[in-house]
Amino acid sequence: MYTFEYLRPATLSEAVGALRHNEDAKLVAGGHTLIPTLKQRLAAPSHVVDLQGLVELRGIEPVPGGVRIGALVRHAEVARSDTVRASIPALAALASRIGDPQVRNRGTLGGSIANADPAADYPAALVALAATVDTDSRRIAADDFFVDLFETALEADEIVTAVEFRAPWRAAYMKFPNPASRYAIVGVMVAQSDAEVRVAVTGAGPCVFRVGDMEQALSKRFVPEAVADIRIPPEGFNSDIHASDEYRAHLVTVMAKRAVAAALA
Amino acid sequence: MLRVSFTLNGEAVTADVEERTLLVTLIREHFRLTGTHVGCDTSQCGACVVHIDGDSVKSCTVLAAQIEGCEVRTIESVAEGEKLHPMQEAFRENHGLQCGFCTPGMIMSALDLVKHNPDPKEREVREWLEGNLCRCTGYHNIVKSILAGAEAMRGA
Repeated sequence: MYTFEYLRPATLSEAVGALRHNEDAKLVAGGHTLIPTLKQRLAAPSHVVDLQGLVELRGIEPVPGGVRIGALVRHAEVARSDTVRASIPALAALASRIGDPQVRNRGTLGGSIANADPAADYPAALVALAATVDTDSRRIAADDFFVDLFETALEADEIVTAVEFRAPWRAAYMKFPNPASRYAIVGVMVAQSDAEVRVAVTGAGPCVFRVGDMEQALSKRFVPEAVADIRIPPEGFNSDIHASDEYRAHLVTVMAKRAVAAALA
Repeated sequence: MLRVSFTLNGEAVTADVEERTLLVTLIREHFRLTGTHVGCDTSQCGACVVHIDGDSVKSCTVLAAQIEGCEVRTIESVAEGEKLHPMQEAFRENHGLQCGFCTPGMIMSALDLVKHNPDPKEREVREWLEGNLCRCTGYHNIVKSILAGAEAMRGA
């Protein structure tokens, strides 16, 4: 690990200031992506800005039609939260299967989505549940937040403060995890609400995406058979030692089917 | 360099560390508490599990700087003097270790499980051990040990 300066701002504006004044600064929340990245010398920030002092980024609260979760809320807190379990049980279930128990005790919602790992679980939840990302300066719809591989709509000096999730009628997330890391080789979240059905896929491509054909089919009939014959073209999908692009494309249909079945169960 | 103050196994401590120092390095090399092990150093194996404010975490993936003001507990705090904790005793009774390298992490993980789930089922124990690797036992006796340890703790 290269050396860096460590800052612990007491307020959000101080944290934003630290990013503005130090071009090569990096934020740390739970640190479960940043610290491994630093160890591998894949990043060499001049400053590490620790957000843990920002109490306004903590807490889970019910809001009309859904739930609002602070950026510093850890995966284990989401998994165990009575508020989340009552409002969006599929979201609590998704959080309970991220990484392993120790990772869930440190990793945060804000850290996960700001990093936008192509195989992370939360992006599927944000997109399927039509969530809104709150930052220090604006609100961003989940559809616009995830841009590309490890790339979000966040500006260099912008900090995620919370995510507001809309509670659907029903939803479920199914993932085919990498057996070592528990990252999603493919994960599919399906959600049905008053307005629409959404199908969001993580792990398969460079960035979370929606499957319009599946959404239309499920809007007509919300049953697993509705998606069973919808094939996804593998072009542009991730292909690595864990799974080929064709295999991932196949898994999208399988996981979508299972997610619909789980949402109905 | 920066100064961190925190509680280590119930005692208020202070140390001067480099910004990039990991918690596990601080525990092992500064405080010489070598029960916490470094297995993989990549957040996978769980040999370095300690408790921060009561939650089990991988101390190889926490900066020492981040634990300012926190309460840290390591495997050294688990027994009372010579008297083993019921969870430790259960590992001994059930042959829950062979080489012993993963054992401190296993026990710190198990104690966190029992805190949330005092009467875990076998499947729940196995799922909870997702983040703790053992290369000797095949896990069978570790699971048995944790079930027995949990039972002993319920009776205690």
